[in-house]
Amino acid sequence: MNRENVLSRRNRLLVLLAAVLVLAAVAVGAVLHAAGRAAQKDQEQAGGPPVRSGKVTLDAPGRGVFRNMAWGPHRDEIASVAADDPTGPRTASGVRCLRFHTAGGTGVCLQAVRGGLREAYRAVVLDAHLRELRHYDLAGVPTRARVSPDGRSVAWTVFVSGDSYAGTAFSTRTSVVDTRTWTVDRDLEDYQVFVDDRPYKRADINVWGVTFADDTRFYATVATAGKTYLVSGDRTARTLRALHENVECPSLSPDGTRIAYKKRVEGASSDAPWRLYVLDLRTLRESATAERRNVDDQAVWRDGHTLVYSLPGDYGSDLWTVPADGSGRPQVAMAAALAPAFTGRAR
Amino acid sequence: MYLTDGRAAPPTAAPGRDSAPGRRAAVVPGTVLVLGTVSLVTDVSSEMVSAVLPLYLVTGLGLSPLGFGLLDGVYNGVSALVRLVGGRLSDRSGHKAVAAVGYGLSAVCKPLLLAVHSLPLIGAVLAADRTGKGLRTAPRDALISLSCEPAGRGRAFGVHRAMDTAGALLGPLVAFLILRAAADGYDAVFTASGCVAALGVLVLLLFVPGRTRGPSAARPPASRAPMRELLRRPAVRRLTGCAVVLGLTTVSDSFLYLTLQRRLTLSESWFPLLPLGTAGTFLLLAVPLGAVADRIGRRRLFLCGHLALLGAYGLLVAPLGDSPALACLVLALHGSFYAATDGVLAAATADAVPAAVRGTGLAVVQTGQAAARFVCSIAFGAAWTAWGDRTALGAAAVGLAVAAAAGALLLRPAPPEPTPEPAR
Repeated sequence: MNRENVLSRRNRLLVLLAAVLVLAAVAVGAVLHAAGRAAQKDQEQAGGPPVRSGKVTLDAPGRGVFRNMAWGPHRDEIASVAADDPTGPRTASGVRCLRFHTAGGTGVCLQAVRGGLREAYRAVVLDAHLRELRHYDLAGVPTRARVSPDGRSVAWTVFVSGDSYAGTAFSTRTSVVDTRTWTVDRDLEDYQVFVDDRPYKRADINVWGVTFADDTRFYATVATAGKTYLVSGDRTARTLRALHENVECPSLSPDGTRIAYKKRVEGASSDAPWRLYVLDLRTLRESATAERRNVDDQAVWRDGHTLVYSLPGDYGSDLWTVPADGSGRPQVAMAAALAPAFTGRAR
Repeated sequence: MYLTDGRAAPPTAAPGRDSAPGRRAAVVPGTVLVLGTVSLVTDVSSEMVSAVLPLYLVTGLGLSPLGFGLLDGVYNGVSALVRLVGGRLSDRSGHKAVAAVGYGLSAVCKPLLLAVHSLPLIGAVLAADRTGKGLRTAPRDALISLSCEPAGRGRAFGVHRAMDTAGALLGPLVAFLILRAAADGYDAVFTASGCVAALGVLVLLLFVPGRTRGPSAARPPASRAPMRELLRRPAVRRLTGCAVVLGLTTVSDSFLYLTLQRRLTLSESWFPLLPLGTAGTFLLLAVPLGAVADRIGRRRLFLCGHLALLGAYGLLVAPLGDSPALACLVLALHGSFYAATDGVLAAATADAVPAAVRGTGLAVVQTGQAAARFVCSIAFGAAWTAWGDRTALGAAAVGLAVAAAAGALLLRPAPPEPTPEPAR
């Protein structure tokens, strides 16, 4: 037998046992530490925004509705706040969402479903009182959600990960649901894509970040062959037409003339390449906003002049505002909040 | 010669058990079980990470993980090259040592994920992780093949692959149990994954018998240009050719699952479960089919496995409606394909490659197969784009049928084996 082995079998087993104990202690310690930290997040922190449970409705005008990230019992719940007093008291609804959007009295909540043996997600379409109308199982991790201005159409995007073994290929899947007929376009990749007005077919197309103009027309991002395009989509014709390059996560202004989006800028570090830009749809001229930091979010128009977007913050994410016309400077609108929408206004 | 290859005596493997050296192939040697354990443990570790990685990137770090897709091809290319290096290196300086470096490198990468917070750096850590996988695969298979009786190799590889797959199935489960205990506890997942990987390395170091003598003490001259030397052997050439030709028509898993989902209009939530169907079948059938390979011949079973794949393509192309039973059948065939080919190819390679260059030989054949599959992936993507999924898969099926016929021709005449095993 392998005499070169210095240790006897008994001693090797002892070494193994000792190592198992040490490694198990480290692993259990790490889990306990993380569990403790998670428990701590259920404690309200001093100086945070006051959050009380109450009734949240999606058709009351002048409210900001968002995912509350503040620590405490209402963390991750959809909460509302007076739009003109965003730092004021928050009303938490009890509905937990990872991503959320609302318009026209309809809400969409992309949530994690606990209890299974693996992480599962679903998209829940909500009425104005946050009651579930329908839900749809999702194939991956939720990332974007939008409702059309009149509340009839709902869209969401998930990341679908590769299959196994450090698979690093991710792709997106974007679905649109009509809340009156409950017909579902499961994957916008099935639409006919046009680039330079010519039909375009490739296997590597990814679509994400829908923003609705109305129930049939919308804008979105299409990525293919290493490029990203702003496309205008038509649900009746089932087409996506490329309008402009290097546009991700578009957000249409209330008057339908401008698109706020994240642009991959030259010279920025490759892990933080995105800046918030605004594109004029008539002239296709783009202009930078005063926000100079990396923005990896689908911005929201609070009104015709102001963009709201999230940046990493102490409690995961804070909401910031910046004027859409390139003037002014970024300001914190709401600490510890994500995925905002403003009721009583379109988009 | 075979002493220097650590092939001294299979029973080394079962430490303490005083079985008579090298008699029956009925019992799987202890070294195979140890290597299976190492793979199981390591796969638990890696799959813990890959299961939560997208989640971590999107909800933990707030990154969009799309950029990763672009780097994927590069990583695959690197991994193939590294595998050749690992095989060659391990024949010269010891299979165990190189395997340990490979496993060690991947183990170190797990806690490193805690320290990096941007896509390029996370990509770099994953690339290092894959380099470790590339390094260790050929020496590990060489160790398996060298530690068991030639007559029982199919089964031995089957046992190893089954244990490996069991680990891959357990990993995500462990990860989500941790996340259940600790919401957002990605750091805990990575730390625990690192601990598990370290345990795998330790089991390897402690319980896999190493070489009996120092490196290249009494090396046969085979190490000068082993690849050319190897490919001069008809048996190796035929086997490599067969693996490459069949690999060229083996559509990648993700395409198969995508086609399955589209053809059968499966619910979205089913999609992540499809790979589990394949893996489950692989787990169940790896050992029995390995034993069958020992009985009827590894090459024959390797071809039969591809016929199972052809069956899966056929079911997807045929207009058979969209019952869930069909999906189960396709996944069962797909899993059988892996069970009948993955370990079996390694066993067949071991038959054809002399012990002194076993690592190199395994790496050459497996790299040939992997490269061919990569080419197929690109071609299939193009065909999918041009003709749609059904026609593309139909074309792949025709190609696979032709390739299987060619493979049968290549392997059937079975020339008298040039007995690469030293006579005992």
